[in-house]
Amino acid sequence: MPPVNRFWGKLSWAAIPFDSPFPMFASAAVALIIVGVFAWVVIKGHLPYVWREWITSVDHKRVGVMYVVLALVMLLRGFIDAAMMRAQQAMALNGPGYLPPEHYDQIFSSHGTIMIFFVAMPFVIGLMNFVVPLQIGARDVAFPTLNSVSFWLTATGALLVNISLFIGEFARTGWIVYPPLSELAYSPGVGVDYYLWSLQISGVGTLLTGVNFVTTLLKGRAPGMELWRMPMFCWTALASNLLIVAAFPVLTATLAMLILDRYMGFHFFTNEAGGNVMMFMNLIWAWGHPEVYILILPAFGIFSEVIATFSSRALFGYRSMVAATMGICVLAFTVWLHHFFTMGAGANVNAVFGILSTVIAVPTGVKVFNWLFTIYGGRVRYNVPILWSIGFMVTFLIGGMTGVLLALPPVDFLVHNSLFLVAHFHNVIIGGVVFGLFAGYTYWFPKAFGFRLHEGLGKAAFWFWTIGFYLAFMPLYVLGFLGMTRRMQQYDVPAWQPWLIAAAAGAGLIAIGTGFLVAQLYYSIRHRDALRDKSGDPWDGRTLEWSTSSPPPSYNFAVLPAVSCLDAYWVEKQNAGNNPEARRLSDYAAVEVPRNTATGIICAFFATLMGFALIWHIWWLAALGGVGAFATFVVFAWRDHVEDEIPAEELARMDGLDRMARGRGFDQGLPS
Amino acid sequence: MNAAVAALSSVGERRRIAVGYGFWVFLLSDIVMFSCFFASYAVLVHATNGGQQPRQLFDLDRVAIETACLLVSSFTCGLASIASGRRNAVLFHVSMAATLVLGATFLSLELAEFMSMVARNAGPTHSAFLSAFFALVGCHGVHVAIGLLWLMTMMAQVYAKGFRDDVSRRILCFTLFWHALDIIWVALFTVVYLIGVAP
Repeated sequence: MPPVNRFWGKLSWAAIPFDSPFPMFASAAVALIIVGVFAWVVIKGHLPYVWREWITSVDHKRVGVMYVVLALVMLLRGFIDAAMMRAQQAMALNGPGYLPPEHYDQIFSSHGTIMIFFVAMPFVIGLMNFVVPLQIGARDVAFPTLNSVSFWLTATGALLVNISLFIGEFARTGWIVYPPLSELAYSPGVGVDYYLWSLQISGVGTLLTGVNFVTTLLKGRAPGMELWRMPMFCWTALASNLLIVAAFPVLTATLAMLILDRYMGFHFFTNEAGGNVMMFMNLIWAWGHPEVYILILPAFGIFSEVIATFSSRALFGYRSMVAATMGICVLAFTVWLHHFFTMGAGANVNAVFGILSTVIAVPTGVKVFNWLFTIYGGRVRYNVPILWSIGFMVTFLIGGMTGVLLALPPVDFLVHNSLFLVAHFHNVIIGGVVFGLFAGYTYWFPKAFGFRLHEGLGKAAFWFWTIGFYLAFMPLYVLGFLGMTRRMQQYDVPAWQPWLIAAAAGAGLIAIGTGFLVAQLYYSIRHRDALRDKSGDPWDGRTLEWSTSSPPPSYNFAVLPAVSCLDAYWVEKQNAGNNPEARRLSDYAAVEVPRNTATGIICAFFATLMGFALIWHIWWLAALGGVGAFATFVVFAWRDHVEDEIPAEELARMDGLDRMARGRGFDQGLPS
Repeated sequence: MNAAVAALSSVGERRRIAVGYGFWVFLLSDIVMFSCFFASYAVLVHATNGGQQPRQLFDLDRVAIETACLLVSSFTCGLASIASGRRNAVLFHVSMAATLVLGATFLSLELAEFMSMVARNAGPTHSAFLSAFFALVGCHGVHVAIGLLWLMTMMAQVYAKGFRDDVSRRILCFTLFWHALDIIWVALFTVVYLIGVAP
């Protein structure tokens, strides 16, 4: 190990991988893209706009969009990792392939870390950010500035993971850093430290999001929006955020213990002095299993919205759907041990957790039947969002059934840590979470930007993703049965290779599907006038977000909606026909909107400094980062002017113009 | 006019409820984090690596004084929140200062305990039990230290800005935080110290 400098800590020129072409090339490409985008923004004169309207925005819709952009960018990074692994395994029979082990190990670790923490999580949270306040008839989340801080802390975590590409290395331990491999004795480099600090920092952001949304959903609903009148997506968001509040502190505590082991010589998980490695498995999965439901429950919510809307019919079995959601929310905490049946906890313990794990299939089955019955009685319009939903139902069913297999301890002993497991969790996460996120992305895109995404390109993306998924992951089930364990850099079993080549071809199809997604976005932006949504309600929707214009004004609703039933907007449309009730000036009241603030990004700047300094043991810089973050909060707390008021007359004028444009009722006497 | 004032105060009231509620949710998550450190302590308490055990290490007299400091500071903190409700700046500053002194006393006693243990060859690196002990008690101590920083910030803010609505809401959150640390200490005192020295 290089000597530790008093000023620069462990950081030296040796940290830059000049001798390895892959990380150098990749980080140069990333740096070029970042510099290019920044230069384009500056040269085109967009910087003031981007700063004012996006970076410092505390509007939940803007924050939500930024989350989704972060997720999409990181999806590309995570997918490149995946493609490199598939290529390596397709060619590494009896040989080293093209990736040396130390690179291959970093790639599978960063692939898992990025896909879960910086793709799936920000995508889910981004959609919740955008949709939940609109659906419950609120003007914003409970704590708008905190929301912006949450986003920027998540971005900090993503940034640190990507910095590891160029300065130093990433963990070689897999995405949940099992000790003792992740202890200092076996991982002396900074890779594990990059993992630990990026997750600690982004974890704070996620926890604050959970606090924010539980409060928003339970204390911020519009008049008359009782719990039993909430759209299904809001219920699943509530369950997901309750899980965040209860589970993420466990991750924070567990990683803190590993940090203490690595930085201060503690013995929580070491082999020496009484450390207990198995305690790590228990703790990390006490967070890790609920995390699975944090991701999938909002996806279930998206499918519920999409299927009801495109079947032109109320969701079948709404109350049973809520009960199933909250049931899964509780059961999520009772199954963690099935991740390590082979640990040797004993037959009775394994039996209890095996039974509880299979029980989760019951509420999930309730949901699938409810969706099927909704479609069965409805007139289905086959737009892109419902294609993803139908693809999900077939794919997720297979993934769920292999999950029930894995939940049986005797079966698990045979396929534990094999590619069967890898196939299973990709089957539920891609077939469930990712398909759900794509459905939600297509469904709410017109609400966010005022124009639809191109249908044909979206359908092409769907078919390539779906067929590519089956081709990429069904062979992995077979390989699991053939005895191939996960994370192998090379192997000497010729029978495996054809299946691995098929899987690589599947990854190629998914790459084409991803290309169609990019093309769809590009084409739709270029042809946005033809795809414009003037009505604010392009899909004939049922819930309150479709009652606003596309995109909605910063305050969402000029007059807070009064809700008297489920599917409030649908019922309003049924009752009013083409003659919605006119609004009078006296209906409007002045609105306070929170002012923009740079607190979030400044805080994230100091958090980045602190994280980087802690990774490299640069103590003075870490202290500076901490003091800076505290000072940022104090400056924020000292502000005198925290809100702007939009007067009732102005509100009435803008709302009148909007309602006139959308052909909804308005009073000719309103000021204009 | 009266209706407008009533509407405004109900907006303020709704916001106060939301802030208090949200902070409660945060405190619950903090308690979940503490529960992990409690659990790890319970798992590792017998893993003394042949070294010293709880009974040989803990000095109940010192811990009793620490406990008294913290409990009384909760009372003075309660006085501060009453003072904030009545907008009585003098009472507020006096009771916050008393809370500060008591909290700082607690913290220095805890530091003295840690240093004496390290001096007796019972630092956190000697066994898994000691790692878990220092992490659990230290985590509470870090919370108290952050609380003191927050306390001083609130005193400065009341001095500079008076009992503005947003300042009052922050005082509410601070007092909730301080009482929660008290509750955690009661659990910690019982699980670590009382059970630790029990025959």
